[in-house]
Amino acid sequence: MTQLILFNVMNGLIIGAFYALMAIGLSLIMSLSDVINFAHGGFLAVGAYLAYTMTPYIGFWGGLIVAPLLTAVLGLIVEKFLISRVYGRDPLYSLLLTFGLAFIFEDGTRYIWGAQSLPYQVPGWLMSPLSSSLFFLTGYRVFMIFLIVVVVGGLFFIMTRTRLGLRIRAGTLDLETVSVLGVNVRVLRNLNFGIGIYLAGLAGVLAAGQLGLQPTIGASLIMPSFVAIIIGGLGSLTGTLLGGLLIGVASGVTAVFLPSATEAVMYVMMAAVLLIRPQGLLGEEGRF
Amino acid sequence: MGNLDLRKQSTNLIVCALLLTLPFWIDHVGSYIQLGTQIVVMALAAMALNFLLGYTGVLSFGHAAYFGLGAYGTGMTIRYLLPSTGVGILVGTLVGALAAAVIGPMIVRLRGVYFAMVTIAFGQVFYFIAFRWNDVTGGDDGLTNWKRMPIDLGFTTVDIQHNATAFYYFVLVIFAVAVALMAFLLRSPFGRTLIAIRENERRARFMGVNVNFHIWMSWVISCTFMALAGSLSSLLNNFVDPRSLFWTQSGTFVIMCVMGGMRSFWGPLVGAAIFVALQDYLSSATPNWQSFVGLVFVIVVLFFPRGVMGIFRRKATE
Amino acid sequence: MTKDGFTSRLDRRTLLKAGAVIGAAQIASPFVRVARAADTIKIGVDNPLTGTYAALGKNEGIGMAMAVDEINAKGGILGRQVELSIEDSTSGDASTAVAKARKLIDRDQVSFILGNINSALAQAIANVANEKSVFHVVPGGHTDSVTGSNCHWNTFRVCNTTQTEANAVAGAVIKNAGKKWYYLTPDYAFGHTLQAGMEKAAAALGGTKVGGDLTPLGTTDFSSYLIKAQAANPDAIIFLQQGDDGVNVLKQAVQFGLDKKTHLAGAQLELEVLLGLPPEARVGTWVFEWYWNQPNVPGVKEFVAEVRKRSGGHVPTARTWFGYASIHTCALAAAQANSLDAVKMARAMQGFKLPPEIALMPDGAYYRAGQNQLIPDLYVGHPQATGKDDPEDLFVVDQVVNGADVSPTLEETMCKQDWPA
Repeated sequence: MTQLILFNVMNGLIIGAFYALMAIGLSLIMSLSDVINFAHGGFLAVGAYLAYTMTPYIGFWGGLIVAPLLTAVLGLIVEKFLISRVYGRDPLYSLLLTFGLAFIFEDGTRYIWGAQSLPYQVPGWLMSPLSSSLFFLTGYRVFMIFLIVVVVGGLFFIMTRTRLGLRIRAGTLDLETVSVLGVNVRVLRNLNFGIGIYLAGLAGVLAAGQLGLQPTIGASLIMPSFVAIIIGGLGSLTGTLLGGLLIGVASGVTAVFLPSATEAVMYVMMAAVLLIRPQGLLGEEGRF
Repeated sequence: MGNLDLRKQSTNLIVCALLLTLPFWIDHVGSYIQLGTQIVVMALAAMALNFLLGYTGVLSFGHAAYFGLGAYGTGMTIRYLLPSTGVGILVGTLVGALAAAVIGPMIVRLRGVYFAMVTIAFGQVFYFIAFRWNDVTGGDDGLTNWKRMPIDLGFTTVDIQHNATAFYYFVLVIFAVAVALMAFLLRSPFGRTLIAIRENERRARFMGVNVNFHIWMSWVISCTFMALAGSLSSLLNNFVDPRSLFWTQSGTFVIMCVMGGMRSFWGPLVGAAIFVALQDYLSSATPNWQSFVGLVFVIVVLFFPRGVMGIFRRKATE
Repeated sequence: MTKDGFTSRLDRRTLLKAGAVIGAAQIASPFVRVARAADTIKIGVDNPLTGTYAALGKNEGIGMAMAVDEINAKGGILGRQVELSIEDSTSGDASTAVAKARKLIDRDQVSFILGNINSALAQAIANVANEKSVFHVVPGGHTDSVTGSNCHWNTFRVCNTTQTEANAVAGAVIKNAGKKWYYLTPDYAFGHTLQAGMEKAAAALGGTKVGGDLTPLGTTDFSSYLIKAQAANPDAIIFLQQGDDGVNVLKQAVQFGLDKKTHLAGAQLELEVLLGLPPEARVGTWVFEWYWNQPNVPGVKEFVAEVRKRSGGHVPTARTWFGYASIHTCALAAAQANSLDAVKMARAMQGFKLPPEIALMPDGAYYRAGQNQLIPDLYVGHPQATGKDDPEDLFVVDQVVNGADVSPTLEETMCKQDWPA
């Protein structure tokens, strides 16, 4: 029993890290642009399908590098021509816009690549478990965690050490002042959106490696990401990371004791956090 | 000013006339009575949401939960407790109101996208309860084996069970009462305060308005009428399933409001009519209907943010 | 299928025609529908085009369209041409499926209604069809109640009951894997009855259940369930998920190396799932309900060749055949009864044996009287990682089971049909 719980905690951390990857992208966009990107799951699917399409030509590793970048480019285009047009208006409009885009993305991927699940293959040596007892630690999942750590670490570096990151963080706190100080807010938001979508595309490629590749592959990930953001505190990337890991573990442990509540448990956690600390675990007070 | 009143009166008249005569012409425009009932139900839902969205300026993206709670409350009452349509509606509506009243205090402090996100997430709790508690709710299969019951008025019985037109008018009567109540509330000082909050929350606060309490009230009222709409929807289908609580359903309610015009009393009704009819048509016409529905969202947001009624109004003022 | 939907309708001629129709409707609207109804016979299809069962729905659609063309080429039903009215039921939204069924029946005045892949939706549509007394065929929703405890005189089913599938495969799983099973079951009508069927079939052969979990339809990550399953140390993990869920759970199970630690098996498996899996995940003991590679059955080769023309070169799956047989069932019922009256047609189909060119199975297939359930052959076997002569030849049939030998008796199904007087 102890072993079962331990296994599910470890497994939950892996799933949680994946939620976090998705949630951090969402959180970046939400903090700077006040946009809830419902189409995030759609971008995730596009990333996965692009990687699948490119793999025969440039291999798995090529796809892993190129597909998220192409997805990010798509993100930049969508931001420039659609989403940027609703900045400054009631947040309602950006919600509806991305909500509609989510429909189009799901249906579009189905139209282009078909409804049939596609077999996306990862290199054989990543496929098998590392050890017989810890069978859920496959080479691929360990690699996935490694990559998430690298990318999130890189993101934290960008956010704290580069001019772009400082501007994004400053913009999150007070966009008007940043604008007055001569920063081109349009470009800043565009790039920030691109970074968020890059993370979604990467999450898509990683997801396709262990799941079937389907148009709805991103749909079930968006809600856990929201909850991760709320629990962690909007505006805090560390908080979002923490939130993702927490709900991953909570779902895993609940699956052992009360399987029918596996999906609901994270919402209960969210309610608890809202009651005790409305701004989220690491969120700054007074922001909302 | 007199001109404006005249315009308002004539809009009211047109809406009433169209709704009252709907069973007589809907077949002739290539549609069917159930779709008409569906439109009235969705219109009630959209107008209920607009009470909060359009008149209080608070962005909820989780209203489907209360729609679904009303539906389950009604279905489960008729199935397990008492085979009475009236009691079913009452219980369903109360369940929705109660849930909203309890959740309200946790969210009234939040604003903007954060409010939207939290309402979605709370809505999902109810979705998963309906989805996974098989023994009681029927789970994914939905709640079946119950039917709306004829209404016994004492002197006569209205057979809403078999007569689709009778059911339409039954729904319309409830719709009329609910809408009149909402209109009354919006005209009252309470309603004026809500609009004041929408226009400038800080000023309202400085004027001594208890903003959070008013938002809570508005939220509960809105969710209550939402539950009533959900209750009617379950009676229309003789069926409830968890997807009526799913968060994407909330998005369709919001688009109905925006599409018709959030600043107009009848706007959500117009939006609901257009959206329901359009979705009904598209989903028969093309397997890629999702893309077209998505496109409708994008077009409305980019080109018609004030909705249909907004366009009319601008034309009228020009 | 996607192409002839919306865009092709918008050419100028159609627009003109539409204009003319609207004009006519304004003048003589009450008569328009009657006039159209006399022209063609409509078959309503209320099946998933979106969501987790979209691929299955698409394949059933190919079979249906093909059957319609065959019927029309031979003069139609009772001398009238046949036309499909297709609606997207979605993969799990029963309210939508019910609303669409009412729309097809009330507005489009269809003579037959087909649907659904999702068992819960199939049952919901069956109830509407019964209320309206419309001839209903379920192509591919397996839960027992549709032709069991909740059966109707007007609902016919092409695919098997879950109990029949379980009875067909249980012996092979026990032989290949062992007696202690852990179940991973989709949490809705289909999964519930399939698991109950497997438990019953296994118990009769000395098998036991060591545990199980219900997984919601649309689950993508199954890792925590797989960890639990392995911890119970079963001889076999029984996967009852279908469609995209089936792909996800099997792919993860094989990545975890569970195929080497224990046996992976299940009941129903479909070619669509095998095609979505990487080669190494094509493992286990399963039952197919129809398979395209039957070299010794006459007519199958021609059927496969014709489907390939319509599907971009892909072979038919069991789903294609379900759709095909469902439409032919409608036409045969009308021909047998020489009428479109639902009661007469349903009476005419009691005990009806499908002609061999439609059944496409070694022992043929017939609708069992008093239950309206098709009793076909079932194909027990195992997947192969890659097809030898054809990349889509991914299943090896070890044994053809005659459905009559593994179907529960009529009494066991608890079906009581309530015929109109």
